[in-house]
Formats: sequence, C-alpha cells, structure tokens
Amino acid sequence: MEEHRDDIGARLGMWIFIFTEILLFGGLFLVYAVMRATYPDDFHQSAHHLNAFIGSINTVVLLVSSMTVAMSITAVQKGDKRLAVTLLFITLICAGIFLVNKYFEWGHKIHLGLYPGSDLMLTLKHGEILFFSLYFFMTGLHMLHLIIGGIILTIAMIKVQSGSINSESHVLLENGGLYWHLVDLIWIFLFPLLYLIT
Amino acid sequence: MDAEQKHITSYRTYWWVLIILLVMTFLTITVTWIDLSALTVLVAMVIATFKAGTVLTYFMHLKYESSLFRVLVIMVLSIYVLVIGLTFFDYLMR
Repeated sequence: MEEHRDDIGARLGMWIFIFTEILLFGGLFLVYAVMRATYPDDFHQSAHHLNAFIGSINTVVLLVSSMTVAMSITAVQKGDKRLAVTLLFITLICAGIFLVNKYFEWGHKIHLGLYPGSDLMLTLKHGEILFFSLYFFMTGLHMLHLIIGGIILTIAMIKVQSGSINSESHVLLENGGLYWHLVDLIWIFLFPLLYLIT
Repeated sequence: MDAEQKHITSYRTYWWVLIILLVMTFLTITVTWIDLSALTVLVAMVIATFKAGTVLTYFMHLKYESSLFRVLVIMVLSIYVLVIGLTFFDYLMR
C-alpha cells in the first residue's frame, strides 16, 4: 500500500506554526520597544549589566549551528548519512555551548540578586525593573525554544542514523531545521536590542 | 507521491551564507560603538533585518520553495510591521 505523503503540506504546516511564533515574540519585541521609548536612560543603564562579549559568542554559535543543520539536510539528500549525523551532532554541541553561556549569564545575575521579584530588584528604578523583566522573560522564552529545537533535532539525528530519515523521506529533518532557524532568527534581533544598546 | 522540487543546496552556498552573516554580525557590533542615539538602533535593526532575510532565503530555503511560501512570509511580516507601526503611532500621540 502506497503511503500518502505531502512534504510540501508538512513544510507549510511548520511555516504556519512559525508565523504564530513570530507573532508571539513579535509581541514581546513590541513591549520592549514601547518600554524602551518610555525609559531610554534606565534601559541604557541596565544594559551595562549584560556582557556583550558572551552575547556575541552566542550569536556566532547560533549562526554556525544554523549552517550545520542546513548542511545536514543537503547531506541527507545526497545520501551521506555519516556526514549528516556529524553535522547534526555539531548543531547540538552549538546548542549546548549556547546553554552553558546562558547558565553563566543568568547565574551571575541571580548571584547578584538581579532577578524578577528579588529584594534588590524592587529597589531599582521603574525602567530598570522593566528592562530586567524583559531580559529574563525574552531570553528565557528563547531558551525554552532552543531546548525544544534541540530535542527535535536529537530525534532527527537518531532517525538519520537509523535510516528512517533518508534521501527519499526527510521532511522531519527539514521541519526541525526550520524550527531551529527560527530560534536563530529570534536571537538575531534579541542580541542587538538587549546587549548592544549601551 | 507528488513530484518534489528537490533543489539540493550546495555546502559551498551555505558556507558563503554563514560568512555573510558573520560579517553582518561584526558590522552590527561595530556600528553600535558609534553613538548616533536613535539612528544607531535603526542601523542595527536594518542590519538585523538583512541577516534575517538571508537566513530566510537560504537557510530556510525560501528561495527554492514555491512562491506561495514567499507570499505568506511577506504577508505575515507585513502584518507584524503594521502592528508595530500603528502601536507607535498611537503611543506617540499620547
């Protein structure tokens, strides 16, 4: 019995989901924009607490990971299973590096008492509180998406290894890749707005 | 099974896309060192938009998908830009 597959439909489904994600993060960016316009000095001050160097490393890491996941699709299409698995593994390593950096960043701030709801936070100026709330919420939500993307790509990597994702059938990998690029896209905007406004 | 487009993007294309993205990232960082206040943010956002466009076109394969995908993406991004624009229009009027 011939299996009915609609790869274009499957990709379209992922794109539609991506649209909802764009509006989700878009809404947050909008809040950021309005709040920043309201408290420009507070935002400018607070941004000094962020480490632009780590942010830059994270940006580079995600861009590289986007390349490797895109290349893994080419590898699968060419039937190069070993290369595909290697590339996906590198993608996941990049995700890991990003998460480790985030752990240090957040850990440092939390150690200083800078986290939503802390006593120190309540003593800060209104605009500063807003900046940090937005920082934690937006990077946190982004991190959640990164972890989900990592899980999807891990599953894809296992399926490439087992052969259920192959040159004939690989829409799961393509969709996982699309989701991963979305994670990268969000960071492309998050990075300058949070880290580079000093 | 429907006949697939199956354009296979070369590894070399992806390398070049990464290089372009890294250059634009470097540009973003250096531009923000120059303080032009409101203009700095604008320039950073324009560069970010170009980066996003590059990711969408090549990594996300929009260049090689059917035009339906491009139309939808442009539509959704337009709606979003409109929402931001209108919100600021309202905000600035207060």
